Amino acid sequence: MLFDKFKPMADFQAELAERNVAPFGAVTEKILSATEGVVQGHNVILAGTNNYLGLSFDPRCIKAAQDAATRWGTGTTGSRLANGSFVEHQALETEIAQFYGVDNAIVFSTGYTATMGMCATLAGPGDVILLDADSHASIYTGVKLSGAEIIRFKHSDPEDLAKRLRRLGDRAHQALIIAEGIYSMLGDVAPLREIAAVKREYGGYLFVDEAHSMGVMGATGRGAAQAAGIEADVDFFCGTFSKSLGAIGGFCVSRHAELAAIRFCIKSYIFTASSSPSIIASTREALRITAAEPELQTKLWDNCNRLYHGLKSMGLPVGPTASPVVAVTLEDRSRTIDCWKALMQAGVYVNLVIPPASPSTNFLLRNSVSAAHSSAQIDTIIAAYADLKAAGLITGTQAD
Amino acid sequence: MTDYLEYLNFLCSALESQNKNKLVLSEDTSLVADIGLSSLEVMEFIEKIEDHFDISIPLNILPDVNTIGDLATKVKQLNL
Repeated sequence: MLFDKFKPMADFQAELAERNVAPFGAVTEKILSATEGVVQGHNVILAGTNNYLGLSFDPRCIKAAQDAATRWGTGTTGSRLANGSFVEHQALETEIAQFYGVDNAIVFSTGYTATMGMCATLAGPGDVILLDADSHASIYTGVKLSGAEIIRFKHSDPEDLAKRLRRLGDRAHQALIIAEGIYSMLGDVAPLREIAAVKREYGGYLFVDEAHSMGVMGATGRGAAQAAGIEADVDFFCGTFSKSLGAIGGFCVSRHAELAAIRFCIKSYIFTASSSPSIIASTREALRITAAEPELQTKLWDNCNRLYHGLKSMGLPVGPTASPVVAVTLEDRSRTIDCWKALMQAGVYVNLVIPPASPSTNFLLRNSVSAAHSSAQIDTIIAAYADLKAAGLITGTQAD
Repeated sequence: MTDYLEYLNFLCSALESQNKNKLVLSEDTSLVADIGLSSLEVMEFIEKIEDHFDISIPLNILPDVNTIGDLATKVKQLNL
């Protein structure tokens, strides 16, 4: 039957309903600030929003969006290749290219379509793609659409990447190597310096998704490749406007002039409406702020360290290093759901992550940190986890 | 050159640790329906094969793999 494959998910949703908990698609009834809101009737600290720099409520970004809506209307009602390219879109492309110090950029309507579209288009039948095993769903979807030969390398394992490039022989020179800056679920930073060294040894093209690292890492906020000092080795950068920049949209930038021709071959770019001018305007302003105000990144990392070490010192199983994503790993699904519910009741909203979205068979309470969080809010989040521990819902250094 | 049966025997013995239901493994045994491997366990098993034979198994072949025999055939083709 057509619908049989959805039964396990329907059963899971029924179980959640029976337990009176709705972690997926939790409805926000009111946003009070970049870090506070009312979600499912609870006044909560928002610790699951990816609003890394807190710019979604920056008055300058809001004003830019308001002005653009007044000037340009609410939407473009068309594709970039039809009627949907306004000077605002063009200006953002120029500015994001300048931000990365390259000459070529494409702006997409979402980060997902940017990454998926580039992965689906850059390589084709006869080509080879090597992707990190823990790559985002947009990457997996894109490479599947490409028709290229797809080979996984072990997560953040440059030696495994090297082994696989060696096996390719001469084909390695044309391979597309895909990695991310910060991985979205556990917040671990990719070993890009080592990956770039492997690329230099074997050849190939390096594609880095900076979705969770743009605005977060690097001297001017370009991301993990900048922080690793290997930007010259990166052929394509992709990213999103929906995290650090507080809006929605995506981009690809490159030093390769061929990106101009590639633009006309990306289906997820061609056959979708372009971003609303208000979104483009707020993104432009947020990009300007990101470059001009590095203190936001400093504040963010202060908060990251505070939360990470606060949870780690309690013995909770967090990721390998401090990062804007601080995930607590648990093995038991039912207990993880209980924890999520208890956090909500304590006034803390985090993301509940289940396989296959989590990179293993484990379950995650995924916290994301913002520069806009106050120290007191971070301490409240830590205290809420301490209460979980006191209640026996989380018991120590081992995943429960 | 390794023949099909040698690949099959290797795969069967490598799967024993995940053969929770103590099935008699054969070329017709389904990795998912019979042994009950999750998608993650399938990928871990693929990595084990890759390391053993020093090959890379493209993800593209997986939709065509149902049984241990299907996988043995694919690995043999890749390792020619």
